[in-house]
Amino acid sequence: MLDFLRDPWPWYVAGPLIGLTVPALLIVGNKSFGISSSLRHICAACLPANIPFFHYNWRKELWNLFFVAGIFLGAVLATVLLANPNPVVVHPNLAADLAQYGITDFSKLVPTQVLNWSSLLTLRGFLMIVVGGFLIGFGTRYAGGCTSGHAIMGLSTLQWPSLVATCCFMLAGILMANFVLPFLLAL
Amino acid sequence: MQTDVFPPEIDPIEEEIRHQDTICVNESVIEHRWYDNLKYLVIGLGFGVVFVKAEIISWFRIQEMFRFQSFHMYGVIGSAVVVGMLSVWLIRRFNVKTIEGEDIVIATKTFNKGQIFGGLLFGFGWAITGACPGPLFAQIGNGASVVLVTLVSAIAGTWVYGLLREKLPH
Repeated sequence: MLDFLRDPWPWYVAGPLIGLTVPALLIVGNKSFGISSSLRHICAACLPANIPFFHYNWRKELWNLFFVAGIFLGAVLATVLLANPNPVVVHPNLAADLAQYGITDFSKLVPTQVLNWSSLLTLRGFLMIVVGGFLIGFGTRYAGGCTSGHAIMGLSTLQWPSLVATCCFMLAGILMANFVLPFLLAL
Repeated sequence: MQTDVFPPEIDPIEEEIRHQDTICVNESVIEHRWYDNLKYLVIGLGFGVVFVKAEIISWFRIQEMFRFQSFHMYGVIGSAVVVGMLSVWLIRRFNVKTIEGEDIVIATKTFNKGQIFGGLLFGFGWAITGACPGPLFAQIGNGASVVLVTLVSAIAGTWVYGLLREKLPH
């Protein structure tokens, strides 16, 4: 049993559990599943300046910050108690491709040879850590949601604007991963 | 003893701002104390465990998804949507209420060009960092402390969007 929990969980276990978050949040407190809003609430709470977009009663949205705090703690829990002792299994084509850029360590869920504190001062690290993060925050708010709010909550409730957003996420991701990221990794 | 300083009436300007991008539109009259939010911490906790154990927060899994080298992420997102859809259908069909007896309200999303432009920008960031906003929190919890910088940068990105909002095409 414990071995089963320690091994990576298959998609048909994880996907339905994530899907159940939608009714769980609705039934527990009438909340729409969405994670990127938490970034907006942090802005509203910490640095609203005189930007109208951040002047609202963020305390009413406190649940969202508790939710992301839970995600953080859940990740800590899974890492401490249920860690998979084996390296991440990576598709051989991807592994061969990444080896060209010096990414050979699959022991962690992120490529630590690229994403680490000292690489922050390199152009590659800066683009991938700082610029990448900026695009996430700017893009999700501009789009009005992320994978959770649009792809999962939006599609679950049959909203076509969310389908448009999800297609754009995927299209841009495919273009970036296949045609642009190789140049970034080669820096 | 209720200490909430905010009156239950909703100021129309405040309402307008809150409804932009359909952040929580549930204007419940039920007053909650801070510890009521612990319910969401518990749901988030389960979510974080799934994120790590199914390697959804893995940069490698995201690359495989965008390079069509693995079905894993498509299976995760696809089955999540199917289960979500079925649940919402059941909630509507049987008029399920919240545990506090309120009607369940689901916000309608209206289309604007932001979903295209913003969606594309986010897609680029997703492929570079291997994370969407949720996994950022989980990657930090998983021990990748440098992702804290990515998170702060994402908050900055949201802030800059708020600053430029009126000038951007929507």
